[in-house]
Amino acid sequence: MPYLVLDSLTKRFGSWLAVDGLSLTVEKGELVSLLGPSGCGKTTTLQMIAGFLDPTSGRVTLDGADLLAKKPNERGLGIVFQSYALFPHMTAAENVAFGLEMRGVPRAERERRVAETLQLVGLGAFGDRHPKRLSGGQQQRVALARALVIRPSLLLLDEPLSNLDAKMREEMQVELRRIQRSVGTTMILVTHDQSEAMALSDRVVIMNKGRVEQIAAPQAAYDQPASAFVANFLGRTNLLQGVVSGDGRERRVAVGGAVWPVGEEVPEGPGVVTVRPEKVSFVAGSGVPGRVQARVFQGTQWLFEVATDAGPLTVIRQHDGQPLPAEQDSVLLGWRPEDMRVMAGQPAASP
Amino acid sequence: MTTVEDTRMATDIHTPTPATGPTTTRPETRNWTPYLLSLPALALFATLLVVPLVMTALLSLNSFGFYTGIENVWRLDNYLEIVRDDYFHEVFLRTFRIAFLVTLLSAVIGAPEAYILRRMRAPWRGICLLIVLGPLLISVVSRTLGWALLFGSTGLINQGLMGVGLIATPIEFMYTETGVVIALTHVLVPFMVLSVWASLQRLDPQVENAALSLGAKPFTVLRRVVLPQVVPGILSGSIIVFALAASAFATPAIIGGRRLKVAATLAYDEFLNTLNWPLGAAVAVLLLAANIVIIVGCNRLVERRYKQVFE
Repeated sequence: MPYLVLDSLTKRFGSWLAVDGLSLTVEKGELVSLLGPSGCGKTTTLQMIAGFLDPTSGRVTLDGADLLAKKPNERGLGIVFQSYALFPHMTAAENVAFGLEMRGVPRAERERRVAETLQLVGLGAFGDRHPKRLSGGQQQRVALARALVIRPSLLLLDEPLSNLDAKMREEMQVELRRIQRSVGTTMILVTHDQSEAMALSDRVVIMNKGRVEQIAAPQAAYDQPASAFVANFLGRTNLLQGVVSGDGRERRVAVGGAVWPVGEEVPEGPGVVTVRPEKVSFVAGSGVPGRVQARVFQGTQWLFEVATDAGPLTVIRQHDGQPLPAEQDSVLLGWRPEDMRVMAGQPAASP
Repeated sequence: MTTVEDTRMATDIHTPTPATGPTTTRPETRNWTPYLLSLPALALFATLLVVPLVMTALLSLNSFGFYTGIENVWRLDNYLEIVRDDYFHEVFLRTFRIAFLVTLLSAVIGAPEAYILRRMRAPWRGICLLIVLGPLLISVVSRTLGWALLFGSTGLINQGLMGVGLIATPIEFMYTETGVVIALTHVLVPFMVLSVWASLQRLDPQVENAALSLGAKPFTVLRRVVLPQVVPGILSGSIIVFALAASAFATPAIIGGRRLKVAATLAYDEFLNTLNWPLGAAVAVLLLAANIVIIVGCNRLVERRYKQVFE
């Protein structure tokens, strides 16, 4: 039985549709990310779940109960804000204790649970510090502890790591995943950072302009993007012009002089072929002919820009000692049929 | 690894710079330009503020006789007279009682007002802010005379209250402390609103949502989360309001009349009616000193109590 259900949730600001009929079910203990560029409606969705915004239409149920009927302070959700929103006049421990105090938890148990939760986020020794005397990462941990200590039925995280530097962010990603595993709280994470979403989530919801583009496990969304937008948003991709044709039994797509078999579901006519740069390799025999325009060494890998008849192609090859073409070399490019996706339409300018 | 390398490089390049800079090799050379540039302002400040204050302080040490006029002696007689005479005690107590009540009322009215104003939507916020600031745009004399019209025994307030049947005999507003406090609060509330407003601007709007999400009721959010964070604003507002209320002249003079004296009207009367300038000067100096002591004392107290918010 699904735990959290969003049923065609819609939010309209004047004439602008911020969230357009979003439906999503989340299982208990799952970590689901809402991922998309700014203005895609992900934060608005979170605010509607939290109760800070009223949806124009749609329903939200948590564990079978109607969530929209409750006031924000009765929903019992934990929220970690982008700005952390710590209470600056209280110490870290007082910040964490606030939610327990509001619930009338007796002092002794309160102190025990606060100490326990601060320990969980690795801040056992910092309880008496005020937020101003904590680093960004430590403030982030206090915010997380403050939301976790009330044992929320659902934890909402609004861009929790965006204010941290790259190294700290990676550290917190691991930390967050560890805490989620050990506590088992159901979490909704809002982020615009695709690597963060992929690193942390069980499933990602990729949103664009208020609509859901795809809901899938991170690897599935990466390998089988449902749309060109998803392919482009989740990491680097090549968008190529192709032509789909069929002779009754088999359907094929022609890209820049080479031909791949495709499934029945792809309609005939012009199509967009997406393929990840790291899935493209230099082949002998048959493939898409091209010329290497540029070659960049990036430490663990080489980045190639190859001009082909189907458009420019980016290729990433591991720096594993195999011979690689030089600039201005003529090459043939190939990939496995299962590594590409073919969609009807013309390739739009990449965002 | 690259970041480590970079930082080391950066420190290598930047650390020696201050050591070889002009400050350490030639410490005796002072840059006088900032002082020279601020000289005109300093001169203006000195002539318009420091000189009159020093002259008043010196004047307060002279003595005065009805037949001899001001005598050029340097004694503390005026201060002793004020310290010994109950009449002066009463005036000073009244002055600070009024100032304290006005400050309290301004805080009680002004702080919620600023909070409500901040939560208003775009067109209404501007309009309401203008209404709040209104008293400051009107001349003190016409505003106070307006209050006098409302306050009189046949004034609008008393007639209204009697018409409704709430009171049988008119309430005395004119020539009472109540009247002075109401009229002063009216004009000084905007200062409180503005300074609380300024500290509300620094408040993270998500903080209130955070408290709500943790299960706090709206009133608890205000008391436990918003109020402690606007204490600096309430404090600076209180300092302005207290200082202005304690030294207010026009409002106590018109509403309080000739007999309900406060320190400012007392000093004025000593100067212009009794012509005892030295005594008037002593009153003025004491008012200034008491103001400074009270304000600095309260400031210290509140800053220590809410240390974290002020940092």
